[in-house]
Amino acid sequence: MQPNQHLKLQEILAQVPPIDQIGSLERVAKIQSRSLKGPTKLHGLRMALSMIDLTTLEGKDTPAKVRQLCYKAQHLHVTSPELPTVAAICVYPTMVGIAKKALENSKIKVAAVSTAFPSGQAPFEVKKIDTLYAIENGADEIDMVISRGHFLAGEYSYVFDEIAAIKALCGTARLKVIFETGELDSLDQVRRISDIAIAAGADFIKTSTGKIQPAATFPVVLTMLGAIKDHHDRTGQMIGMKPAGGISSAKIALQHLLIVKEVLGEAWLTNEWYRFGASSLANDLLMQYQKQLTGKYQSASYFSID
Amino acid sequence: MEILKTYKLYIGGQFPRTESGRSYQIQSAAGQAIANACLGSKKDIRNAVQAARKAQTGWVNKSAFNRSQIIYRIAEMLESRKVQFIDELMLMGQTEQSAVEEVQLSIDRLVYYAGWADKYQALSSSVNPVSSSHFNFSVPEPMGVVGVVACQKTALLGLISQTIPLLVGGNTVVVIANTLKALSAISFAEVLATSDVPGGVVNILTGDVAEMLPTLAGHMDVNALSLSTIPEDLSRSAQEAAIDNLKRCQLYHLDFSAPQNQGLQFITDFLEIKTTWHPIEQVASGIGGY
Repeated sequence: MQPNQHLKLQEILAQVPPIDQIGSLERVAKIQSRSLKGPTKLHGLRMALSMIDLTTLEGKDTPAKVRQLCYKAQHLHVTSPELPTVAAICVYPTMVGIAKKALENSKIKVAAVSTAFPSGQAPFEVKKIDTLYAIENGADEIDMVISRGHFLAGEYSYVFDEIAAIKALCGTARLKVIFETGELDSLDQVRRISDIAIAAGADFIKTSTGKIQPAATFPVVLTMLGAIKDHHDRTGQMIGMKPAGGISSAKIALQHLLIVKEVLGEAWLTNEWYRFGASSLANDLLMQYQKQLTGKYQSASYFSID
Repeated sequence: MEILKTYKLYIGGQFPRTESGRSYQIQSAAGQAIANACLGSKKDIRNAVQAARKAQTGWVNKSAFNRSQIIYRIAEMLESRKVQFIDELMLMGQTEQSAVEEVQLSIDRLVYYAGWADKYQALSSSVNPVSSSHFNFSVPEPMGVVGVVACQKTALLGLISQTIPLLVGGNTVVVIANTLKALSAISFAEVLATSDVPGGVVNILTGDVAEMLPTLAGHMDVNALSLSTIPEDLSRSAQEAAIDNLKRCQLYHLDFSAPQNQGLQFITDFLEIKTTWHPIEQVASGIGGY
């Protein structure tokens, strides 16, 4: 780390504000009590669909599964061609090339998880190769995990340097930094890592890998949005947000949108600045959309699995 | 001071209040309030169907013998709470004799259908002759989630006579109970909850049939309807709403206390027949072979 950067980090850590946990819970409860109806709901459902990073991150992923998912990304529901496509496909680095080819005629981005996802327990050299491999195969976005072990041990400069180094490798690809908040124990820790990641060059901050519960809980999301807001107030620079893990229903997704609008405002209500990391969310959004149009509750049997 | 008991809904093995927060009074034959029941809503139907769908795979994958044991267990639990059910039927206006008869008949019916659980397959499947080299056979499968409007004349016997054969066949059910005599239906839910029936296999809602049935009948994740003793216009509109996903609708206008109104047909009414063409090798012909 350069001496001036070290100073910068010290400054940031000194400025990290404490988080009012009770206040967060109350604010979340208030937002959760609201419900969208009618045309507003339809609009919200379409918006949420356009913000999805359609994800498959399994050991059993095959090229065919990834191609299938890419098809789904472009054709969400055959009987509703008016629907948007999802924002991106999120896969392991080995699948980037396949996804890229499958999506070559669309505007859908390909995001690759990186830096020894999901644990992040690998030497830095390995993480570098992991990231470069994804970039060389054409990844538009890199979803890296932080080294939670180092962060919890208080080695904040290690975490900062790692993010900064990966950012340097990314080139034009946008960098999402995954905190795995389920392993960070407190909202204060979430706020601290948010400030560190933003300072180190994250384009997006992301809650979780989806492999650990709890994942994108509302208080955690609110805390991260607070960090984005403070950074924006200070510098005018926008940072994206991606909650991931456990967002499986349309209802929860719409509540997330309400929170973003409340905390950050309209500017973030686009898939350039807001994403949902999810696999099963898309179908629930589609089912709610059809319910809204037909007035009839829907069945999963009539929606494609991937 | 006497406080009226408030009966809840039975959804997914739990006893939640209605999502709508509404209730209505159940009255005795003499017009006296005897309990409060939930006035179920569309969203309760939605939640119940979701619970039934979730439970369906697990239920059909239990062994036939195990399903039989569980249904027999319901009979045992009902037997041990016989007095309560008789009292409730009398409270809702039946004579002691008819109340005793209805409860006894209900228990008998449970035992009867428990016996069917590992036998109906043999009687409703077949091996079919075909003129190609296939082993061709047909077996029954459950339809899935079935919506039931329970008999509006009897409080307990109709509910059991309509619901239990569906369980035997591996279906899960969402029941709209007898509106005016909802007491027995919810007490029966308490029996189900304590007799090894997995949560979600039976879901029982109380309230206005006319309000809830259109939602149930239009629900794309409900595979069939069993309707009993409801007004002609309601039954017609339910069948129209059922068209979108081609629900099978069975209408019953039966006196379930009659002995002929139990039997295999009440099970097969909600089964689909699956036929499989299994290629077989004709070794002798010289065409096949390894």
